[in-house]
Amino acid sequence: MKRFDYVRPLSVADALAAYTPGAAYLGGGTNLLDLMKIGVMQPDTLIDLGRIAELDAIEMLPGGGARIGALVKNSDLAHDRAFAAAFPMVAEAILAGASGQLRNAATIGGNLMQKTRCTYFQDPHSPCNRREPGSGCAAREGDNANLAVLGWSDACIATNPSDMCVPLAALGAIVEVQGPGGRRDIQIASFHFLPGDQPENETALQPGELVIAIRLPAEAAAFAKNARYLKVRERTSFAFALVSVAAALQIEGGRITAARLALGAVAAKPWRVTAAEELLAGQSPTQEVFARAADALLEGAKPSGENGYKIELARRAVVRALQMSAAGTPKRMPALPASSFAEEASHV
Amino acid sequence: MSYSISLTVNGDQRRVELDDPRVTLLDLLRERLDLTGTKKGCDRGQCGACTVLVDGRRVNSCLSLAVTLDGADITTIEGLADGDTLHPVQAAFIEHDGFQCGYCTPGQIMSAVGLISEGHAGEDPERVREGMSGNLCRCAAYHGITEAVIDATRRMAETSERKSA
Repeated sequence: MKRFDYVRPLSVADALAAYTPGAAYLGGGTNLLDLMKIGVMQPDTLIDLGRIAELDAIEMLPGGGARIGALVKNSDLAHDRAFAAAFPMVAEAILAGASGQLRNAATIGGNLMQKTRCTYFQDPHSPCNRREPGSGCAAREGDNANLAVLGWSDACIATNPSDMCVPLAALGAIVEVQGPGGRRDIQIASFHFLPGDQPENETALQPGELVIAIRLPAEAAAFAKNARYLKVRERTSFAFALVSVAAALQIEGGRITAARLALGAVAAKPWRVTAAEELLAGQSPTQEVFARAADALLEGAKPSGENGYKIELARRAVVRALQMSAAGTPKRMPALPASSFAEEASHV
Repeated sequence: MSYSISLTVNGDQRRVELDDPRVTLLDLLRERLDLTGTKKGCDRGQCGACTVLVDGRRVNSCLSLAVTLDGADITTIEGLADGDTLHPVQAAFIEHDGFQCGYCTPGQIMSAVGLISEGHAGEDPERVREGMSGNLCRCAAYHGITEAVIDATRRMAETSERKSA
């Protein structure tokens, strides 16, 4: 690991003042420190945010929204009763990610900022346009079975590994950032970038800008009764998704009045297509209707390598997640959150 | 530049001078404080062998920089037993054959102690398995580990009921 300077500011203002080009903000460290150990990240300075009390609060807002400080731990948010009751699929997605130990250390801001798990990004000896612009993409001819089927480019076929971001995208979350130029809001849909010909540009953050909070709008809480996250993975727990789905419905008198839908692990950002949601509105919650929404969500999907299976897997996972959502949010978190093996997953 | 931190480790106050901020909590425990019960497996947060409690919460000590932990209260496997009396989780691991080679065991036990205090798994085997999924056991003693965690959960609940009665 490259040697770095360490600073521990006590306020956001001091953290921003400590920023110099080449510095990195440190949250829980579960991703950043890991990447520093293997030489993928080499910051000159670590700015430890761990003592900034103003970033460590979960606020349920009047009117039904929520504001989550960037330094809130993943496990604390997922187990916050008021939050989990209002936004159950966010809690379920967080609990489907990583392990108990990692969720205790990892922060919400860090979850949003986590890097791709593409093998070649994580190997400094391999060409990778995302890590080293212009060096090429080893994944195109390499182990790409779990890489992108939507929104990829010739330069990069990496996926975003976050579970949490998938329901946040479906629910239209807003990322609050602060930087040298002041505060601004970024819609989560615009936060992560598709690779295009500049995959090194991963997010909308400007140099020195810091994620300070994530907000969920009040209307997102209206989906609490019918909201599920489904994660398909190679083992039952502690594995990244092959495909994941956040599916939420509002149902009145046997008809869907509103829907939210997003796919994870298929692109460099959570994949949301509002046309697929609009197609569900006004319909009865049937398998045929769900299949049409899945087709709309996956429009334009194409394999980037040996991963064509993910398209059909995603289509079926969308239908299943919508069925789970229509069956109702379980009263208690399933023993295996987001698992297709959970009992709660089997009705409809 | 050197960094001075104080920690409480298994109840003892320790002041540590770090001449390098790259030292992880795991390396500090093993190399500087001679507490080698905490094991280094993958060193990347994937195996759980390095699990300790920081301020009562289980974390991977390999992914914590020691310098960030100034003022923290650390519990390692060496701090669990009360003299010759084993912690209920330690006793349950022995009783239920929760290990074979033993390398992952300190991490398994610390993770189980953390899981039980979190209180979300109870005595449901599926929830215990899910809650312990951050700890790999290459000998695959998972059946015994699950039984041990459930048994320890039950015993610790009974003890706390007796205390509060």
